[in-house]
Amino acid sequence: MSLSEQQVTQIAYLARLSLSDDELQDNTKDLNAILGLAEELGAIETDNIEPMAHPLHMTQRLRKDVVTEGDQSDLFQSIAPKTGNKHYLVPTVIE
Amino acid sequence: MSIHQKTIAELAQGLKDKEYSSVEITQHYLDRIKQSDLNAFITVTDELAMSQAQAADDKIAAGTNNILTGIPYAHKDIFCTQGVKTSAGSKMLDNFISPYDASVSHQLNQADTVMLGKANMDEFAMGSSNENSFYGAVKNPWNTDKIPGGSSGGSAAAVAGGLSCFATGTDTGGSIRQPASLCGITGLKPTYGRVSRYGMIAYASSLDQAGPMTKTAQDAAIVLNAMAGFDEKDSTSAEQDVPDYTAHLNNSIQGLTIGLPKEFFSEGLDDGVATEVMNAVKEFESMGATVKEISLPNSAYAIPTYYIVAPCECSSNLSRLDGVRYGYRCDNPENLEDLYLRSRSEGFGAEVKRRIMIGAYALSAGYYDAYYLKAQKTRHLISDDFKKAFDEVDVIMGPVSPTTAFDLGSVKDPVSMYLADIYTLSANLAGLPGMSIPAGFSNKLPVGLQLIGNYWSESKLLNIAHQFQQQTDWHQQMPQED
Repeated sequence: MSLSEQQVTQIAYLARLSLSDDELQDNTKDLNAILGLAEELGAIETDNIEPMAHPLHMTQRLRKDVVTEGDQSDLFQSIAPKTGNKHYLVPTVIE
Repeated sequence: MSIHQKTIAELAQGLKDKEYSSVEITQHYLDRIKQSDLNAFITVTDELAMSQAQAADDKIAAGTNNILTGIPYAHKDIFCTQGVKTSAGSKMLDNFISPYDASVSHQLNQADTVMLGKANMDEFAMGSSNENSFYGAVKNPWNTDKIPGGSSGGSAAAVAGGLSCFATGTDTGGSIRQPASLCGITGLKPTYGRVSRYGMIAYASSLDQAGPMTKTAQDAAIVLNAMAGFDEKDSTSAEQDVPDYTAHLNNSIQGLTIGLPKEFFSEGLDDGVATEVMNAVKEFESMGATVKEISLPNSAYAIPTYYIVAPCECSSNLSRLDGVRYGYRCDNPENLEDLYLRSRSEGFGAEVKRRIMIGAYALSAGYYDAYYLKAQKTRHLISDDFKKAFDEVDVIMGPVSPTTAFDLGSVKDPVSMYLADIYTLSANLAGLPGMSIPAGFSNKLPVGLQLIGNYWSESKLLNIAHQFQQQTDWHQQMPQED
């Protein structure tokens, strides 16, 4: 199967990316080539194989539910594009 | 021997003997960086370096120093450094001054090292040539028309070009080993979970691992001693004791069994590279090792497996970059969606967008089983191949890269670029440690030998590499300078 430009536009939107016309053409070609590579996996029998999510098969460690960091909001917000009253500002969402 | 030709061990001895101070060697490196046109650094932190060097000299005078005290290094720009720009080679983070230190940055500070600056890299560590950096390509010190490899290309070029004594790197699919090979230095990717990923900007979290890039295996052992260890801030960090990696360097390798996977010596491997790799293997035989042909039958599938698993993880990890809390924001967004779309489209480069889209597609409803789940299963098979191999052999050897460094700008098609990762990807998929060590030259360009070991066998790999470096002088070669 092969992706159409329309499908690539949809995938880009899912990833919150927008593509120019040139980028759309290039990406349609490249994404199809990469997925073509991935199709090679179809040749391997994997019916009874467990998916491997972690290279050491470790389970996720949990930590105690205690506060370990103090309030550093001023420091963190000093590098934000736009802030006000300790909030991150974005264009109006609800009028 | 000039200062920039010396190893960590040699510089540390000179500092101890008061031949020079850390301030002097730091100035020497900063002068060389200023004169260099390799583009190995994104940020040079000269003032910080000089103050760290002064503090190191004070410790040396007080006798409270360690072997890394006052040693200058290049820090890959993927590690967060408090108060210093941390860009990950991306326009997206061009304005990002990290508010905190990565654990690796903290550990190297604790070891009294001197950070010369932040090394250039492929954007978010996605690339094999360092041509995907927002800050421009890095040049290979052996031939400035050639790529240095990637993604830790700035780190490799800095060490090979005598711009830093050592460097840090990260390796998700070969990003320490491949540039180390193409620049003729020593690079070690430890077992997954050995070095903390906290504050190391994430690309593919189940594959990413940091390690040292150095002139020698002995230096790699010294740096790994400082970098390795359990970190409660990284939920995938391994609760495994850290041995002294320098302790077994001098062990004999008599009786070592080396496995050569036949799949690593088949079609696509450059003849010149194959010759140098086999000469290195013969050297090991003369040192008392025995060689056995083995098979890693699923290794050809490492490329498609990796190029599904890694993009899936990257599409998830990079979703945090949305132009709201830090990083790049587009001008005059019309609404919130426009802010997300344009900030991300303007902030990310072409290869990063490609991988994000592959991941978004492979994880989307209806395609998850066919791509992501399938790749996780083939990953299991690739990992099992190694388990069987390590029942028979102590170490696996082969090439790192199918060719020596290629011309800048010569590989334009992404799939062709991916194919060059064929020998390095499988160690990441399995989580195994791997090294590249200098093993010769082909057409005046360095060739690396890859060593892949069993889980937690870093000491053994370093021992094997060190013994090789006692018998050969490939690691001592440095590029000619005008």
